[in-house]
Amino acid sequence: MKAGTRFAIGAGVIVLAVAVLIVEGVKQTGVYFLTPTELAQRTTADPTFRDVGIKMGAQVVPGTIKRDVATQTIDFQVTDGTTLMPVTYRGLAPDTFNDQQEIEVVVEGRLGTDGVFHATSLFAKCGSRYEKEYDAEQKV
Amino acid sequence: MTLLGEVALWAGWLIALWGAIVGFSGKWRGRPELRASLTGAVYAVLLCMLTAAVALWYGLVTHDFNIEYVAAYTSRNLPDYFVFTAFWAGQKGSLLFWAIVLSTFAALAQFLTSSRYRGLLPYVAGVTSAVTAFFLTVMLFAANPFGRLAFTPADGNGLNPQLQNFGMIVHPPMLYLGYISITIPFAFAMAALLSGRLDTGWIHAIRKWTLLSWVFLSTGIVLGMWWAYVELGWGGYWAWDPVENASFLPWLTMTAFLHSVMIQEKRGMLKRWNLGLIVGTFLLSIFGTFITRSGVISSVHSFTQSSVGYYFLAFLVLAAVASFTLLYVRWDALRPEVQLESMVSREAAFLFNNLILVGIAFSILWGTLFPILSEAVQGTKVTVGPPFFNRVNIPLGILLLALTGIGPLIAWRKASTANLRRQFIAPLTAGGVVILGLLAAGMRDGYPLVAIGLAGFVLGTIVQEFYRGSRARHRIHGESYLVAIGRLIGRNRRRYGGYVVHVGILVLFVAFAGMAFKVDHEATLLPGESVDVKSPYGHTYHLTHLGISQFQQLNRFVSQATVQVSRDGVPLGIMTSEKRQHQNSLGAAEFQPSTEVGIRTTPREDLYIVYAGSVAGTEEAVYRFTINPLVVWVWIGGMIVVMGGLLTMWPGGTGTTTKPRPVQAGYEAELVGHAS
Repeated sequence: MKAGTRFAIGAGVIVLAVAVLIVEGVKQTGVYFLTPTELAQRTTADPTFRDVGIKMGAQVVPGTIKRDVATQTIDFQVTDGTTLMPVTYRGLAPDTFNDQQEIEVVVEGRLGTDGVFHATSLFAKCGSRYEKEYDAEQKV
Repeated sequence: MTLLGEVALWAGWLIALWGAIVGFSGKWRGRPELRASLTGAVYAVLLCMLTAAVALWYGLVTHDFNIEYVAAYTSRNLPDYFVFTAFWAGQKGSLLFWAIVLSTFAALAQFLTSSRYRGLLPYVAGVTSAVTAFFLTVMLFAANPFGRLAFTPADGNGLNPQLQNFGMIVHPPMLYLGYISITIPFAFAMAALLSGRLDTGWIHAIRKWTLLSWVFLSTGIVLGMWWAYVELGWGGYWAWDPVENASFLPWLTMTAFLHSVMIQEKRGMLKRWNLGLIVGTFLLSIFGTFITRSGVISSVHSFTQSSVGYYFLAFLVLAAVASFTLLYVRWDALRPEVQLESMVSREAAFLFNNLILVGIAFSILWGTLFPILSEAVQGTKVTVGPPFFNRVNIPLGILLLALTGIGPLIAWRKASTANLRRQFIAPLTAGGVVILGLLAAGMRDGYPLVAIGLAGFVLGTIVQEFYRGSRARHRIHGESYLVAIGRLIGRNRRRYGGYVVHVGILVLFVAFAGMAFKVDHEATLLPGESVDVKSPYGHTYHLTHLGISQFQQLNRFVSQATVQVSRDGVPLGIMTSEKRQHQNSLGAAEFQPSTEVGIRTTPREDLYIVYAGSVAGTEEAVYRFTINPLVVWVWIGGMIVVMGGLLTMWPGGTGTTTKPRPVQAGYEAELVGHAS
């Protein structure tokens, strides 16, 4: 067999391995990224959907954050404009997670049968995290 | 001054357009005055950019809050050096910074390139002018750093506290320098394609440039990891965030290029592949900029969403179409001179190294874009996170580490059994001993075991190379071993500098493997209460919460939590972690509070303390204690990599070879210290 052919086989094996790793990786670790409305629709249509871990992105409703520092539990509500959903999270929240400004959060977890989203991780993104556009009207 | 800055931008834009048109048209052939005008245009654009830079810096240091950019990123009580570096803190300023650096590199490329490659320079000028013109277009039509407000605020917004850190002063410029300098190799590659001079000339002309951007990118990435580790407070340094990935992608393809280019020089193979890699690297650097600036993929790093993203997307598509069309046109002229002779040869090892690097890059690109791809195909967004990237990349990385040991030692063309035995017996033994040692110490975790064992193997190959090389010099020239090692490196910087980089890489691999043993512990403590945390080495840390003190410091209000630390009963002193509330010059709170972590570093592990807040205003504090094994070796490994890179590109040493040198099978091993 020519070296070129052998190399082509070796290369094929590597390419295939990368492809398998990617496909399997997505299958095993991919999570749905939904809005509260989409999540509510999916669970109504298919109740087993509750058992699937998902990520949900939404706005925190200002003023709803309740912290219990002793048990490290945070309860709050999120919305995407149409659906309101309560969330409970146990753990440390990032600095950006607070009521001062409108914040966007991404929570990962499951929707419980109690209608509350039980989050195991929480990322907060302030709409202007590093970039603070100067809002002329607000300042005048 | 803003008027001056604005005029400079417009002038630079017009001149850069002129340069692009003249450069690409080829009308400069046989017309020395037009050619001189082209070179002049490159220098003139640089002058315009420097003028604009002075104008913006003047606005920043004089606190001219009428300029929107100055008002948005600085304030009167911001420390001076942050006022200065706020130049690249925001979208608009960083675009200007980009244009300045690009025009500087473009001018240096014209000025420094050896006369041997003069023929390529007009095309290079055309490409760099076109790219500069693009950045100026974005600034002038979408993100003008000199934009003014309708009124003058009394004070500015101030800089985000997370950017008020030394790492943030140097990390973005380093990364930008890396991203931007890729344009020069890309310009030479395009020049080679446009001119049809497809010999190795363009490769020699850009050797230093590719190394330079690689060193900048490496430094920028490691500094970014360090910043994330000390500033963001989540206890790690790499989260596979889209923007981190975006900086890693061009690094991977550039690394692949640095290896495969050696095959083209020696053997005249892989011409198309190399051009493809350079084009790909450039496109990935633009893609990275697009990701960071468009907000298409959500990331902690992103600037706010803006129309700037569309400009970058359009440019990305345009550049891709133009360069791949050009590559297609020259496809037949890029035929390889020889064919691969054996699977057991250095060529083959390098080819596999390239495939794996590109495979890693592809998987990361795929994972980063997956939310968009899945939404487009299935209608539902599916995201993948760190588990995906680790799953895919750990096995590929381990394979790559093995090739790092094999590649440099195996003979060109076709390795004989004698060559293999001579080169690999000692290193394989070294790797085996490391694995046995770890097993004896009780480590039973597959990936870390293999990674550290392979690191032992690779280190064995490198030590053997240095030993053989210096022994040869010692015998022939009668030099002492120390002198011999110094001269060995000095005479053959590329080869031995490359080995130094490899040492850095394997130190990094070992450090990454260490993170598999990280320990996290959260606790809520009253003053005087304590908690025990067991380190992966079996030590017990005893951590006592001493209390919280509050004070005013510079432009912030600080709540500082203090912890007394002892290990196995031996007191190690106290550590602190802070919550900082930044304030404006009137004393009102601005931005969210930020966390300052406490880190105690030892060669074996870091103790990482985060004060997460207090229970309802009392001194009862919530902590997260993390023990991160081997983290310091990430920074050390990074430094070794950068030093190796600098060593490789240091001027002098062996001259550049103009022709591919013929190499004889299995001969390399006999010529240690002479062949490169």
